[in-house]
Amino acid sequence: MTAISLRSVPLTAIFGIVVIAAFALTGIFANLLAPYGETQIVGMEFEPWGGDFVLGTDSLGRDMLSRLIYGARNSIGIALATTIIAFVVGAALGLLAAVLGGWIDQALSRFVDLMIAIPGLVFALLLLSIFGTSIPMLILIISVLELTRVFRLARAVAMDIVVMDYVEAARLRGEGLWWLVRREILPNIMAPLVAEFGLRFCFVFLAISALSFLGLGIQPPTADWGSMVRDNAMMITFGDITPLLPAACIALLTVSINFVVDWMLHRASGLKD
Amino acid sequence: MTLHPLAFMILKRLALGLVTLLAISLFIFLAIELLPGDIAEEVLGQSATPETVAAFRRELGLDQPAITRYLAWLTDVLHGDFGTSLASGREISELLAGRFANTLFLALYAAAISVPLAIGLGLLAALYRGSWFDRTVNIATLSSISFPEYFVAYILLLFFSVKWGLFPSIADFGSDASLGTMLYRTFLPALTLVLVVTAHMMRMTRAAIINLLAQPYIEMARLKGASPARVILRHALPNALAPIINVVALNLAYLVTGVVIVEVVFVYPGLGQLMVDSVAKRDIPVVQACCLIFAGIYILLNLSADVLAIATNPRLMHRK
Repeated sequence: MTAISLRSVPLTAIFGIVVIAAFALTGIFANLLAPYGETQIVGMEFEPWGGDFVLGTDSLGRDMLSRLIYGARNSIGIALATTIIAFVVGAALGLLAAVLGGWIDQALSRFVDLMIAIPGLVFALLLLSIFGTSIPMLILIISVLELTRVFRLARAVAMDIVVMDYVEAARLRGEGLWWLVRREILPNIMAPLVAEFGLRFCFVFLAISALSFLGLGIQPPTADWGSMVRDNAMMITFGDITPLLPAACIALLTVSINFVVDWMLHRASGLKD
Repeated sequence: MTLHPLAFMILKRLALGLVTLLAISLFIFLAIELLPGDIAEEVLGQSATPETVAAFRRELGLDQPAITRYLAWLTDVLHGDFGTSLASGREISELLAGRFANTLFLALYAAAISVPLAIGLGLLAALYRGSWFDRTVNIATLSSISFPEYFVAYILLLFFSVKWGLFPSIADFGSDASLGTMLYRTFLPALTLVLVVTAHMMRMTRAAIINLLAQPYIEMARLKGASPARVILRHALPNALAPIINVVALNLAYLVTGVVIVEVVFVYPGLGQLMVDSVAKRDIPVVQACCLIFAGIYILLNLSADVLAIATNPRLMHRK
């Protein structure tokens, strides 16, 4: 395939790629970029913008800008880890179900049907009330919830490939399970899976930020965008927009990812306007 | 007896829904069993003497085997008795009653605005595909579904309540408010839900209609010279009903969980807020009850979507 000429990429997708790259770099180099420490108390509470503190200080007198920058690392990092776990486990189980079929497929599929019948946020709340709120628990619970969606997609797309003649031929040749998955099926289902990864990341990111906003996700003093909105929300009633900045960061990142995924899906479907 | 296959199908779906609900109730109940230790130790804390823990266990019936407790719990729930809250000691069914009505009111309020709006916009975007209207709507809805709900909620609160003072920022309307007051006080939370849900619903409606317009029989109708209005009303719309109904039901189910965040932002006394408070307090019986109700509504909505979709599209009834 020839390189995609830059002109054929829509503006929204370019915007998305630039924003995603910027957020990634901010997260990676957070400790170099942030003027103050993540949990360092540097001034009075709710100081205004400007002066020593570009975006003012939060409800405990910590520098808002520094926390936003560290938030990029924490919020995105945790969401990314969750998505990767959900993806690896979900896709592996989905592929297994598709290739092996039989009772394994039945058992996994019925279990996933049951999980999907409970609304995600409600289910997460139930599990959090039982296991308590800690970051490893949060990652585990959300990835278990999300892997059911990944399982469904992986199984559905793999099912289409499993019935192909070349898979049958490989089976008759006596190839093992690992070969079938790795060499015959996986290369043919990568495109939808990659697009799904972007969408799932958005869902995970929004779900974790929602839980953090409710005070049940990432716990203080870790800088996290969802809980930062919660901590400073009272300032909104005084007409101050500072508490909305972390939420705006979340929105900006998810919009960007959606723009890129939208473009990828559009390209993959081969639709021409 | 012409309705017979449909009635049979509805019964089959209902049975399936009941089985799912039963399985979920078992799941919700057993989730607690995963707790290291049990509720008694959790509530009383580290400092409790073994005697107190044992007595509390007996009081809660925890000395019975799990299956006995599950059956007893299920029987009680079916009679409308959810047990008592660990935090306040009040009857859970008493806590739930008013809040459930409030949540339902808010969800219905949002649905009444968003459903016609989303279907109208979705239809227009599909019919004028590729136009500036379609593109603007596409970008706007894509952005709107990417926003966290509380972001939308706080933006609305900032402008409509703090800056312009048009609507109250706290949505609690007390016990005996008139319908007008209720609608006025819950306008901002409802608007938040409308914005979030309409975007989803509109995109799905648009996709369903575009999919439909690409079908050969629509092409055929156009080629034989039928007027555009006739193509849409006579050929496309009857077939579009099933996907549209599906989209609506899916989003109503989404509304049910979407209310949780909105209720917290606007301090609205609904089921979602009760659930969040109870999770924070680890008041597990209340969380279980809320979870069961949310899951029940969710399943019921998905079930009615299935039934309605099949009723409007008889081909689905013979699906293998």
